[in-house]
Amino acid sequence: MKSGLWTVLGVTLAAGLASYLAAAPARASDPEQICDVPANLLSTDSSLRKVAEAVQNGQPLNVLVIGSRSSTIPSSEASAYPAKLQAALKESLPTTTVNLSVELQGAKTAGDTAETLVKLVETKRPTLVIWQTGTVDAIRSTDPDDFRSALDAGIGALQQAGTDVVLVNLQYSPRTESMISGSPYLDNMRVSAQEHDVPLFDRFAIMHHWNDAGDFDLFSSAHGVELAKRVHACLGRALSKFVIDAAHLGPAQQN
Amino acid sequence: MTSIADPISGTQIADAKDASGAVAAAPAITMPATSERELRLDLFRGLALWLIFIDHLPTNILTWFTIRNYGFSDATEIFIFISGYTAAFVYGRAMHQAGFVVATARILRRVWQIYVAHVFLFTIFLAEISYVATRFENPLYSEEMGIMDFLKQPDVTIVQALLLRFRPVNMDVLPLYIVLMLFLPLILWLMKWRTDITLALSVALYVLTWHFDLYLSAYPNGVWAFNPFAWQLLFVFGAWCALGGARRMSRILASPITLWICIAYLFAAFLVTLSWYLPQIGHIVPRRIEQWMYPINKTDLDVLRFAHFLALAAITVRILPKDWPGLKSPWLRPLILCGQHSLEIFCLGVFLAFAGHFILAEVSGGAGTHFLVSVTGIVIMCAMAWVISWYKHSADKGAARYKSAGGNADLAGGAV
Repeated sequence: MKSGLWTVLGVTLAAGLASYLAAAPARASDPEQICDVPANLLSTDSSLRKVAEAVQNGQPLNVLVIGSRSSTIPSSEASAYPAKLQAALKESLPTTTVNLSVELQGAKTAGDTAETLVKLVETKRPTLVIWQTGTVDAIRSTDPDDFRSALDAGIGALQQAGTDVVLVNLQYSPRTESMISGSPYLDNMRVSAQEHDVPLFDRFAIMHHWNDAGDFDLFSSAHGVELAKRVHACLGRALSKFVIDAAHLGPAQQN
Repeated sequence: MTSIADPISGTQIADAKDASGAVAAAPAITMPATSERELRLDLFRGLALWLIFIDHLPTNILTWFTIRNYGFSDATEIFIFISGYTAAFVYGRAMHQAGFVVATARILRRVWQIYVAHVFLFTIFLAEISYVATRFENPLYSEEMGIMDFLKQPDVTIVQALLLRFRPVNMDVLPLYIVLMLFLPLILWLMKWRTDITLALSVALYVLTWHFDLYLSAYPNGVWAFNPFAWQLLFVFGAWCALGGARRMSRILASPITLWICIAYLFAAFLVTLSWYLPQIGHIVPRRIEQWMYPINKTDLDVLRFAHFLALAAITVRILPKDWPGLKSPWLRPLILCGQHSLEIFCLGVFLAFAGHFILAEVSGGAGTHFLVSVTGIVIMCAMAWVISWYKHSADKGAARYKSAGGNADLAGGAV
């Protein structure tokens, strides 16, 4: 009697597990990646005037992405979000030349990067600087006040140099959430962006949304490089839309 | 033996009550008039423990019920305040009856227990992080995995952890609690002399902390996530309330003006918090105020957070009288039990949060699984609190002694 009960239990469990496992790959192999971003995550009160000017005057749009290692995918740089951003911008602004360069500063805190910004801007002369930061500071648990001053100094220097700035915050990384405390850095970036009237691309909230909505399973360790590529493709597209909206480039200018 | 080992969690109260008559006559410290266990304290400490647990888990539906989404302060403030209150209540009596040396000895024993609990949690954390480091390879997060670098130097890391300088995320509350308890003998000794001056000194230290930017450094860099120089204010304030301050404030607390100020402040804080989640309504907060207000500093217990806690507490005390019959209701029993065994349940909560993270990572479930993990965790916490309470009052050898104290065992949380 007792063993019968266990058999029933075992069969039920096995059946449940099998159906679960069968369902998983079907979802993963879905070719069309859906990664909608709610409008409020892409809206900003701040605007990108230099970008708008350049596009309206038919000048080339020079974008400089400054970031740490989460701005690339190891050994597949062409699939990382900066490259995808360039492609999406080109598509949306067919009459504009879009140049994009990436300045990777691995293992550099916001303070380290802020010191290099002036020189970078002088050599590259960008219209728009996309500054992705916060992750290294969170890992090293830099004093949030120091992080904040570094942000203020960096954004100030960029604005002084006459470029538009977009901040990109941390990735949503559920696996390391119990090890890295991101919230002080996320908060400071939001506040600093608000204070300097700079659009903040909320990568954290967007990826969080994708994870919650089931677009991506960011918890899983099984996906390998494919997941990274798909996430970056979606991030690049969303960032392009964000930049175009913040520059108030309606459909009229885009054609 | 048992009564000394775990005084905060209740059994001590039974002993304390017997002596309260004698203590009440002593003029130096005004003990609370009634020596009944304040079930409201247990209730809200239990609530704080639940909320801390939920806040430590990845965001899920239940996260929307935690107070940090509706204002500036969160469960940590409740926990530290009530800890100060109960610690002063219990050890203040001990200091009266047995003197400074014995009370200090008891406090130090408690500190040691908390320290051991912290090290125990750190061990579990090490196991978890090592597992993730060896199994988890996701190119998307190659940068975030840099957090594992400390595993390359386990000798340094572990020593720093024992020195409380290396603390993983979510393990900041116990070190703060250890430092605060370490200074409790001094605080109580000063309070025995002059309660109000002690509170004034505490405020002064808080002000100096902000003025001179005092902090404790952490390893490998950064500072303590909860600055003890600032957070002592809540702890000492709790102690001050326990040693008669609350009673003296009752006139102020009962005034309708206080009530309306509190409601207005809580409402304003709610609107500000709402603007974090709904950027569309960001304009309701004037830019001027925004610039003055941000960032709201948790590390140094921002005065806005402290005020928010005060307002919450003032309203709570008002709408929830001490003799509210609901406190005896079986529905609130699990919360109260958790609050009565706070150290054990806190540690269990941190452990369950680790475990919850782990399960969520392994089964990669959706919102349903998240919810299930949270609820299961809370059920486990309650069950554990019940077991501990059963041990204390039925299984331990000294059980007979507590039973002889009549209704006291009930007050201490023994009757289930």
